[in-house]
Amino acid sequence: MNNRVEFTLEMKKTHKILIPNMLPIHFKMFEDILKSEGYDVELLTSTHPQIVDEGVKNVHNDTCYPALLVIGQMIDALKSGKYDLDHVALIITQTGGGCRASNYIHLLRKALANNNMEQIPVISLNFAGLEKNEGFQLSPKILVKLVYTVLYGDMIMWISNQCLPYEKHLGDTKSMIEKWQKEICRQLHSTQFLHCTRNYQKMLKDFSSIERIHEKKPKVGIVGEIYMKYSPLGNNNLEKFLLEEGAEPVVSGLLDFVLYCAENMILDYKLYFMNYFTMTLAKLAKSYLIHHQRKMIRAIEKNKVFTNMSDFNTVKEMANGYISKGVKMGEGWLLTSEIMDLIHLGVNNIICTQPFGCLPNHIVAKGMMRKIKDHYPQSNIVAIDYDPSASHINQENRIKLMLSNATQSI
Amino acid sequence: MTLRLGLDVGSTTIKAVVLDENDCLLYKSYERHKSFVREMAYQKICELENILQGHVIQVSISGSAGHGIAAMTHLDLIQEVFATTKAVRHYNPESDVVIELGGEDAKIIFLKGALEERMNSTCAGGTGAFIDQMASLLNVSLEEMDELSLKHDKLYPIASRCGVFAKTDIQPLINQGADKANIAASIFQAVVDQTITTLAQGRRIEGKVLFLGGPLTFNKGLRERFKVTLKLDDKDALCPDLSPYSVALGASLFAGSQKKTYSYEKLKQLLKKCSEANVVNAHSEPLFKNDKEYLEFKNRHYQANIQKRNLKNYTDKAYLGIDAGSTTTKIVLLSEDDQILFSNYSSNHGNPIDVVKEQLNMIYQINPTVNIASSAVTGYGEDLIQKGFHIDHGLVETMAHYTAARHFNPNVDFIIDIGGQDMKCFKIKDGRIDDIILNEACSSGCGSFLETFANSLGYDIEQFAQLGLASQHPVDLGSRCTVFMNSSVKEAQKNGASVEDISAGLARSVVKNALYKVIRIHDVSELGTNIVVQGGTFLNDTVLRSFEQELNCEVIRPSIAGLMGAYGAALYAKENENKTSTLLTLAQLKQFSHHSVATNCQGCTNHCNLTINTFEDGVKCIAGNKCEKPVTGKKFNSDIFNVYQYKLTQLYEYANKSKPSSKGRIGLPLVLNMFENLPFWHTFFTELGYEVVLSNKSSKALYNSGQHTIPSDTVCYPAKIFHGHILSLLEKNVEAVFYPALTYNFDEGLSDNCYNCPVVAYYPENIAANIDFHNTAFYYPYLSLNNQKAFEIKFFEYFKKQGIHFKMKEIHEAAEKAYHEYDCFKSKIKNYAAQAIDYANQHHCPMICLAGRPYHIDEEINHGISNLLSNLGCVVLSEDSLCDDTLKEKRQVLNQWTYHARLYQAAEKVSQMDHCELIQLVSFGCGLDSITSDEIKSILKEKGKYYTQIKIDEIDNLGAAKIRIRSLLLAMKEGGNHE
Repeated sequence: MNNRVEFTLEMKKTHKILIPNMLPIHFKMFEDILKSEGYDVELLTSTHPQIVDEGVKNVHNDTCYPALLVIGQMIDALKSGKYDLDHVALIITQTGGGCRASNYIHLLRKALANNNMEQIPVISLNFAGLEKNEGFQLSPKILVKLVYTVLYGDMIMWISNQCLPYEKHLGDTKSMIEKWQKEICRQLHSTQFLHCTRNYQKMLKDFSSIERIHEKKPKVGIVGEIYMKYSPLGNNNLEKFLLEEGAEPVVSGLLDFVLYCAENMILDYKLYFMNYFTMTLAKLAKSYLIHHQRKMIRAIEKNKVFTNMSDFNTVKEMANGYISKGVKMGEGWLLTSEIMDLIHLGVNNIICTQPFGCLPNHIVAKGMMRKIKDHYPQSNIVAIDYDPSASHINQENRIKLMLSNATQSI
Repeated sequence: MTLRLGLDVGSTTIKAVVLDENDCLLYKSYERHKSFVREMAYQKICELENILQGHVIQVSISGSAGHGIAAMTHLDLIQEVFATTKAVRHYNPESDVVIELGGEDAKIIFLKGALEERMNSTCAGGTGAFIDQMASLLNVSLEEMDELSLKHDKLYPIASRCGVFAKTDIQPLINQGADKANIAASIFQAVVDQTITTLAQGRRIEGKVLFLGGPLTFNKGLRERFKVTLKLDDKDALCPDLSPYSVALGASLFAGSQKKTYSYEKLKQLLKKCSEANVVNAHSEPLFKNDKEYLEFKNRHYQANIQKRNLKNYTDKAYLGIDAGSTTTKIVLLSEDDQILFSNYSSNHGNPIDVVKEQLNMIYQINPTVNIASSAVTGYGEDLIQKGFHIDHGLVETMAHYTAARHFNPNVDFIIDIGGQDMKCFKIKDGRIDDIILNEACSSGCGSFLETFANSLGYDIEQFAQLGLASQHPVDLGSRCTVFMNSSVKEAQKNGASVEDISAGLARSVVKNALYKVIRIHDVSELGTNIVVQGGTFLNDTVLRSFEQELNCEVIRPSIAGLMGAYGAALYAKENENKTSTLLTLAQLKQFSHHSVATNCQGCTNHCNLTINTFEDGVKCIAGNKCEKPVTGKKFNSDIFNVYQYKLTQLYEYANKSKPSSKGRIGLPLVLNMFENLPFWHTFFTELGYEVVLSNKSSKALYNSGQHTIPSDTVCYPAKIFHGHILSLLEKNVEAVFYPALTYNFDEGLSDNCYNCPVVAYYPENIAANIDFHNTAFYYPYLSLNNQKAFEIKFFEYFKKQGIHFKMKEIHEAAEKAYHEYDCFKSKIKNYAAQAIDYANQHHCPMICLAGRPYHIDEEINHGISNLLSNLGCVVLSEDSLCDDTLKEKRQVLNQWTYHARLYQAAEKVSQMDHCELIQLVSFGCGLDSITSDEIKSILKEKGKYYTQIKIDEIDNLGAAKIRIRSLLLAMKEGGNHE
């Protein structure tokens, strides 16, 4: 057993950290959080097909698709010759749940070893105290910045999706997204980002100023395994595809997932009397986050232009009667809740994205569909599996079927 | 007049219909397009000149290959299932459910109640294509197969998950000589089962059912199977004349609602442009840059040639080698100087016995006095052929291939053999087979896949391979399983890829599949420096070239690549010559005849399907058996220790410990982690005063009974069989069924965390959401057994909410006993295992640790592998019986699941024991094992042990497992502990 290479204090000065991409809007800003804290970082934005090839070569072929992509993307970058392999580090999230995802980091290390790159330190980004690195610690400052950035990202994603399908001048929304990404990144280097209410107001005002046509388009909700739900690399640019097909994508924010994780820590105590201390911390975190989420929701409400999102406490109760909150692996009960929330928001057309063979989704997604369909006959849900060689045409064909029905019911 | 044209361009066929303004059908056609998608569409328009010329035309296009045409021509596109719905609503409004099978898609539409349209997921591809494949496997035409199926008298269980699996089940049936009529009907039944599990997903198919699409229209036998399975009357099973045209009809109806119109000339011009457009697929290297390269390649491979000698005048001793493979039988007659006197490579056509008989006759005909001094047989059909023809030796395939490869290169360190059905790779170290890699059932379909693909495009395999060599831009088709490749080919066809490029692309996929999925190399140098490639598939130069290109090195392909197994067997026969050979003589051969009977074994409740071959001299060969009972009268070798059997017997004992009670009957399904926790729950509920009722033993029939309630068809078999167990409990009229949701397992102190896998932990949610319990209660509380106090309180609270009031005191007392019983049970198993190890050491028996999950002891799930091992003389241990909590070591992975931690422990323990090896049992679809298997492999390899993995699923066939196990035992015998 070789020892793990720690990311030392020294390395903070000498190493560049590579970040895999998941949510294009959010992660661009996460990059700046770390930069503002003195790290040298780079977000990997590559999408070429060699990523999948590297993934297939380096990860066991039954491992889920997100692992394959994330690891493929990193190995591909390391092999590109762009980086000095003795002065580069990687970062990857680790949830610590009962799903395979907690093991991505180990699969990544194995892949590095197989490519004779074991000197490269891999930082685990986790909130479960799994692995520690002297040179990389989630200081309270970073955490606060993270929370605000997640919220800004959620806001931009939520309202821009309501502009993109309707913009009169192609590209308006995109430039607005970029403008605000830049703005938030700038603010992260001072304390300006803390003025969230003011930022929300400005953001809303800016986005409402985008000229839009008045046309009724079918709304399509995207739920699913977190990576497949958000990452264009994973879901073959699903949001773009929906836009091209004349639909409005509805994608809920990242904060709900963070809150879901906190909620599970509370439930662990409630159900099994486990980890009293973690539970109290989670409770604190949860109320702090919900407080901030409400600020955002109030801002959207006041602005009156955009459809609002549900707050976490509403979403949480949505799946009652369908699935128990004890289901906490992967996206767990949150996925079912999100489907129900969408239906209640009037978004009956839903795509559930998942890696082929995703274990929790056998239950929380496919397992619940029968019951949901029985109770809500108007719901129009399609589950799409993603894997290294699933053909686009197969996926698109199924989405098109869902869209045909969606368009018809308008 | 305005005419409406509907085009349905599917994966294999093109359908066209023309309607006039009064919905009157003017034209319809149905043809195979052989992947000339755009050309055929254009040609169709040309053909329709007489009908369309001079009219205003509305047109829309549909079908999986239609998307590309629509994109290029800007004709309106209609999604095919949507089109079907439209057509059905118009022509057959009385239907309740529509089942449509196409070339590669299966669709179901529920029209009454909430509209639901579903297509098969990407996993369970091919239905029409699958039936085509199966027909060619049986060597009959589609019509013949249909007719045959109507004459069946029994059905065999055939895995219905996807085509590749089904094929693995069918192949042995063919080899065993089962009646084709029965196989044909079983194939149709598999299609039916597949449709029900993957598409109905819990919704009942009832009322008037409309059958659409080519396969259902043309195969009466298939409709029969649907009717019987769905219990439909003749009046409720509709198959209208227009069935194969429904999508095209829907498209033309849809065209009527669109604004765009075309003149005939305009339309023709559009499609002409489309057919001529040059679509370039992503750039990829050609197989050969120029003719010179090609010639060099040809010449180099010509060198690995084996000389032939004339059999007619040969008088010395000759040696016979037979390789009875899954699809083909290979025969070699060897001379004293290792040259070939006679060879034959022929397709089994469903009956290897006839092939061998015919070829032996041929040998005797050429040289009636030939002295065959020794003979050997290898391959799937080894048993059958050896018994039938009294062959002297039988040997494991791996050994046969190594023997042959060594002949070409004594220093060979890597052999890869891609045959019709399976792929075998061996690493050789110090003259011994060091590592064996076989393809899992799921990535199989190597050679025969290429062949059937070629056929479906209208070529034979030689032509197809030849075409591939000329490819300039081989298409990238991905590399997962063959079903996925079908879809990728579809996509390439959509983009207008040529047959040359598809052929080369498929060859590359086969190679990539072998290298990255089966062998899983990271680096080319891992394969060694002396590589021999063999197997019929490598005779295909396109595959050979792709392999060399991918590895960027030169390999040896013997000219007899397809005969290597037989050649090796012949060499083996020569090396192991007995005084006299037992092989049938010419005279005996003339008398030779055999007949086969299909029957069910009455030995136990499994009722395995047996095929009994009886030969002229009275020798019987039984095939299809899972245990030795029909052969020896004993179910398994009970003289030898077998922890799996012991555990299973001990668990079933609990059924006898239940006491009738007035308090009520509570049902426990014996599935997933109940195989571990039954001692706990049984004791607990008995102590609380309930009569505990266990579900029936697992069987295929039990599985089928619950099949229609399974919401996700790609989950593992141990989970899917859960549904059947619940139904069996409901039939027993229990008042309640109990199966707790356990996020956390027992913390055995072996791991970083103690989770259950998501499926084991939460499957009761799926049961609750998808099975109708009527008046029976289903209790699935979220509990943790780790903390007894918490367990007691939560149990109390949960049942209080359900209106059942226990006293805390009685819960506590029952829990005390339950925890105690659980511990006792565990130590009982460990004691038994300790005895087993002592016994093995005293008697020098090989020991095998079957490392899986607790539920793998279920014989329906492990398909009798533990008994097979017993019969081969092995002491069988289980992973939990070897756990030793003094051995906690830091793993290279996050060790977070209790059951999986045991696997690592067992691997550590095995590596410290002599004469003991480990076989990991992996259920198909178990994502967690993708993490554990690599880790276990590295633990074992570090200590110089072999790593063997057996993937198990619904497939009721131990063929591949047998090869693995026998190869492993051989390696153990040869090498002892081979460090």
